[in-house]
Amino acid sequence: MAFISPWIIGFAVFTAIPIGLSFYYSFCDYSLTRPSRGPLWIGLDNYNQMIHDPVFWKSLGNTLYYAAMALPAGMLVSLGLALMLNANIRGQTIYRTIIFLPSLVPTIASAMIWLWMFNPTEGMFNFLLAKVHIPAPDWLGERLAMPSLAMMSVWSVGNTVVIYLAGLQDVPRELLEAAEIDGAGPIRRLFAVTLPVLTPVIFFNLIMAIIGTFSILTIPYIMTLGGPNKSTYFYTMFNYDEAFKYLHMGYAATLAWVQLALTLALTGIAFLSARKWVHYG
Amino acid sequence: MKAIATPRRPRHPLAGLSIHLGLLCVSAGYLLPFLWMVSTSLKTGSQTQESPPRWIPHPWQPVNYVNIFRHPTFHAVLYTRNTLIIAILTVAGTTLSSAIVAYGFARIDFPGRGPLFAIMLATIMIPFPVTMVSVFRVFRWMDLHTAMWLGPDNFLQMLGTFKPLWLPAWFASAFNVFLLRQFFMTLPKELSEAARIDGCSEFAIFWRVVLPLAKPALAVVALFSFMGVWNDFLGPLVYIQRPEQYTLALGLAAFQTRIGGTPWELLMAASTLVCLPTLILFFLTQRTFIEGIATTGGK
Repeated sequence: MAFISPWIIGFAVFTAIPIGLSFYYSFCDYSLTRPSRGPLWIGLDNYNQMIHDPVFWKSLGNTLYYAAMALPAGMLVSLGLALMLNANIRGQTIYRTIIFLPSLVPTIASAMIWLWMFNPTEGMFNFLLAKVHIPAPDWLGERLAMPSLAMMSVWSVGNTVVIYLAGLQDVPRELLEAAEIDGAGPIRRLFAVTLPVLTPVIFFNLIMAIIGTFSILTIPYIMTLGGPNKSTYFYTMFNYDEAFKYLHMGYAATLAWVQLALTLALTGIAFLSARKWVHYG
Repeated sequence: MKAIATPRRPRHPLAGLSIHLGLLCVSAGYLLPFLWMVSTSLKTGSQTQESPPRWIPHPWQPVNYVNIFRHPTFHAVLYTRNTLIIAILTVAGTTLSSAIVAYGFARIDFPGRGPLFAIMLATIMIPFPVTMVSVFRVFRWMDLHTAMWLGPDNFLQMLGTFKPLWLPAWFASAFNVFLLRQFFMTLPKELSEAARIDGCSEFAIFWRVVLPLAKPALAVVALFSFMGVWNDFLGPLVYIQRPEQYTLALGLAAFQTRIGGTPWELLMAASTLVCLPTLILFFLTQRTFIEGIATTGGK
């Protein structure tokens, strides 16, 4: 018991108490702009304010819109790349290294690089498009900013690819060979043998992706600051602004709790659905 | 990755070719941003605005990499120093404390071990933005109380110092505990029993027998937590206000917004430099690194 005491203390101070406190604050009017006054109980007012707050719906919608693009794209691309990188071909190590490299780039640096590549006048993308005579779009403009950010997220799926690759080593070769002898082509083998064996890994990556996608903040904070015209204003940014810009601690706590509840609900749905499609051998 | 049972060579020659083709395209796409970054970092200011841009700048201007250290608003050395202070304290703290806790979960039977471990794993799923506001409040509350007893600006002062960024690391991180516990479970129990017969205390067994054997796993934890600090933007954004306390990530972000007509060649030179340590670390420790990531996926 003594050995785990550091974690118990840390859990209490940095997780349990903060979450408990924020649950209490979420029912309080607690604004740091009036420092003399502590939290004042107002019941469900914050929650009521939230569901009538257009910014809440806008930021939640934005986050879901982003997730609807980035989640499936990331899952598909990382799985596809892992399958290709698992084939025994020449230069495998080099390909693996190249595809993994972007996930080593610190978030701040990748934000800078992509900001520069998306640059409307001197950026690389528009230069490449001009070569094939396609009119240059405004990558970080109101219409395209979200898809651009989602595209960017696919660049750093290296970690996920590595986890898939490790999972692919567990696919029993006898099964693949047996399937082949039975006349199953490569596609059939993929869907009948490889993917079912891989489902626990897919499930793990899905959970991680859900949590990661819904807490994205750094990239839009640096690259777009939520703009233009709030088109990339993420839920986490809304929460951050309410807390540290407007110092509305009560309202911010409400938003944090709603995010926790939404994340839990989504992972819960994933866990429930897992019974249908995840095979634990 | 474990010893890889060599998968069969694709039988059909066309299959191999199409995989090559696919991977070549993807690799090119994945490398492009790097090349563009390095290429820009070697240009002059006017070359960055050239249309069409050149991939290989002529003449090239490597002096950007020197100028970034002399820039009046970007204090590269100071930011690096700050980042390293936080990184060293975090790495030391999380490695040590997570190892202790992991040993407790792996080797010591106590009531409630199973449920506590489950709770710990569940905390991995709490997104940082959810707790960031209230953890900030906890630090403020601590400061108010220590100030009452010890006066203002005492040694326990949290906000305004680096402590909120590294102190939590000394109380074990769920993720690292999980990693290390997995490793401790694989060590033969006979070793610790032999030590116990020789009269070693539980802590001595941990410190003298188990820890030295766990070096590879400790290296993974140290490596990942270093990368975590190097990468962190939100933590410093919340807890650091004064420019002289900026980390590299904050400094770089401020550098980009502070100046209107962004000097892209300098920004890209700085970005390249920020990438270098993580890239070098990766190439030096490739095997440990990849195995570590694979372990997190439940291997």
